[in-house]
Amino acid sequence: MAKTKQQLSPIEIAAKKYARYRDPLIMVLHEIQTTRGYIPREAAFEIAKLLNVPLARIYEVITFYNYFRLKSPGKAVISVCTGTACHLKGADKLVKEFSEELDIEPGQTTDDGLFHLQSVRCVGCCGLAPVVVINEKTYGKLQPSQVPHVIAEWKEKFETETADAAS
Amino acid sequence: MPPVNIEKIKNDEIKRQNDFCCRIFVCASTGCISSQSMEAIDALEEAVKSHDLENEIEIVPTGCMGLCARGPLVRVEVAGQKPVLYETVDPMFARLVVSEHIRPALAKSVKDYAFKLPDFLKNRTVPLDIDFFAQQQKVVLANAGDIDPESIEAYIARDGYKALEKILLNMSPEQIIEQIEKSGLRGRGGGGFPVAKKWTFARQSQAEYKYVICNGDEGDPGAYMDRSILEADPHAVLEGVLIAAYATGAQEGIFYIRAEYPLAIERMKKAIRQAKRNKLLGKNILGTEFSFDCQIRLGAGAFVCGEETALIASIEGRRGTPRPRPPYPSVKGVWDMPTCLNNVETLANVPSILRNGGDWFAQWGTGSSKGTKVFALTGKVINSGLIEIPMGLSLREVVEKIGGGSSTAKEIKAVQTGGPSGGVIKREDLDLPVCYDRFQQAGSIMGSGGMIVMDQDDSMVDIASFYLGFTVDESCGKCAPCRIGGKQLLDLLEKISQGKGTKKDIESIKLLCEAMRSASLCGLGQTAPNPVVSTLTYFENEYLEKINSEVCK
Ligand SMILES: Cc1cc2nc3c(=O)[nH]c(=O)nc-3n(C[C@H](O)[C@H](O)[C@H](O)COP(=O)(O)O)c2cc1C
Ligand code: SF4
Ligand code: FES
Repeated sequence: MAKTKQQLSPIEIAAKKYARYRDPLIMVLHEIQTTRGYIPREAAFEIAKLLNVPLARIYEVITFYNYFRLKSPGKAVISVCTGTACHLKGADKLVKEFSEELDIEPGQTTDDGLFHLQSVRCVGCCGLAPVVVINEKTYGKLQPSQVPHVIAEWKEKFETETADAAS
Repeated sequence: MPPVNIEKIKNDEIKRQNDFCCRIFVCASTGCISSQSMEAIDALEEAVKSHDLENEIEIVPTGCMGLCARGPLVRVEVAGQKPVLYETVDPMFARLVVSEHIRPALAKSVKDYAFKLPDFLKNRTVPLDIDFFAQQQKVVLANAGDIDPESIEAYIARDGYKALEKILLNMSPEQIIEQIEKSGLRGRGGGGFPVAKKWTFARQSQAEYKYVICNGDEGDPGAYMDRSILEADPHAVLEGVLIAAYATGAQEGIFYIRAEYPLAIERMKKAIRQAKRNKLLGKNILGTEFSFDCQIRLGAGAFVCGEETALIASIEGRRGTPRPRPPYPSVKGVWDMPTCLNNVETLANVPSILRNGGDWFAQWGTGSSKGTKVFALTGKVINSGLIEIPMGLSLREVVEKIGGGSSTAKEIKAVQTGGPSGGVIKREDLDLPVCYDRFQQAGSIMGSGGMIVMDQDDSMVDIASFYLGFTVDESCGKCAPCRIGGKQLLDLLEKISQGKGTKKDIESIKLLCEAMRSASLCGLGQTAPNPVVSTLTYFENEYLEKINSEVCK
């Protein structure tokens, strides 16, 4: 008997969605990363089985493309734009400031799993350079001196969320 | 089922729009959204409701209006009165615009009543006759800022899909290519290859199945032309793809768009859905023999995937590594089928060329560069944003008139074009016209449209290392000249930056650049030395200063 939609795993749903594509691997990976934030190991195994592609090829693809992540990025992903316009307006100072404040290097996640720091290329708001995007929120013309304040703002947000969840 | 009646959709939509005595256009592209334009839209909607003006006022979310640094941008058009553009519109100000500008303007329904704005409103307007707007020529961006990109009716009201109708009913593929040839349109993705030639190759390739690919991978790290076009007018790009498909004999289209562009992807998806619903995509389009379908594929953060053969590998689900050409994609592309691959902006030009004729398009430009070009003007200029200019305009006019000159107290030093594959054009050469060949002669390239203005504070050694660092990061590693040469070159530049360089290093740099240019497999490696060569040619003194000084500035 065919499974109903509720019984399908997210990966099965993604595979079905792109079934008519001749090679759906990259689109399925996108789908997983969008829902999970990264490509967990068990997901890679399941994709290998479902799409009938060798695991080695899946990892070859994941590691080639910068966009795919192998580890959970934490609750807030801080993307500092290091595109040309932002570079000229001091993006490196912002990276350094976030890095020092959070005590992590770009590409790393804080031990408490709250923040992930990364540098990205042009986010398309060059007029507002330097730009930092945290999850869905964009900060334009951000000064290094504002960085501690921005981090505090997000910490506070997480604290209220946990408090709300607890009550 | 009868085919859609485009003329009727157009007339109905125009009538619907004319029913409003006031239309408020709010920029809803990525730039303005990050300056909170959605909040401005909410506030406007609320205010309109509270004043009971829902039947009089329409709020239209639009694509990019150009002055990205001053968003959110809001343009108010009251019937019979001059349009007014506001900058940095926060929710509170938005409410004031409705209560203190639009309401009184509507109340006086005298025809040409020139409404006098109170000062607190006037202070936040941007005159629409300033050079920033007057010097531009909008072809690709003709609808940007004027229509809701998420409405197919709005596109049709602007003569959208007219070109498709015209070619399907009245023109042969050869006649289409003839018009494109006449227009002189060249690829806007960086290479500048004549579009008519590419389409002819794809047309002549014999195969059962062919593809058209729209390259929306926009790699230049500091530019957002293609993103803005996709966000502002997705139907124009789609219509361009349909025309390319009919001209080359293709059955399927693929949009390859960077995953980092969620809004562009969303709007393209919506455009495809709307076109399907209106039977402008699918079987027997407009009642003809022509059938065509489209899908979207996402890029995944690899610059090299903008290169056509790497992009094709990526669509096929593999690592995006380039392969040697020939065979070119127009002969052997996706799944080995002939594939016509063009850039977003290239395709967005196509509908208006077919609507108005090739000669119309060729009225702008120089001998070798026709039409208009979209640029993302950024860096140290007052008006940074998205612009479209006629080819042949001088860089000086772009930077000083449209850009408004230096945004700092310092003099402009150079303008960078072509991103990581381009070079710098120094201040003394600013009279150069915007033209593929002239830029190349000056040691830069037209590129895809990044234009970055640098002032006396910007170090040329730094900018060369910045771009090279980017290309080294993005090298796919397939061939040694790029993989190893790039790294060695970067090490030398860093050594010089740190004040530890010698004159001999400059000689080694020149040799390495030459080796990379001639021996790399794909355009990434071949052009990666360009920013170094170009800065070294025009600003060797800056390199020498670093060498001669112990401490780096
Ligand atoms: C490293 C590299 C990156 C490229 N990136 C892009 C890109 O982001 N967008 C694009 O349209 N073309 C890009 N190109 C050029 C494409 O290979 C191809 O020439 C172009 O998309 C063809 O379209 P056009 O003739 O309409 O310009 C790139 C080329 C190279 C070598
Ligand atoms: S030139 Fe660079 S990017 Fe291109 S194939 Fe060689 S290593 Fe890869
Ligand atoms: S360079 Fe940072 S937003 Fe474009």
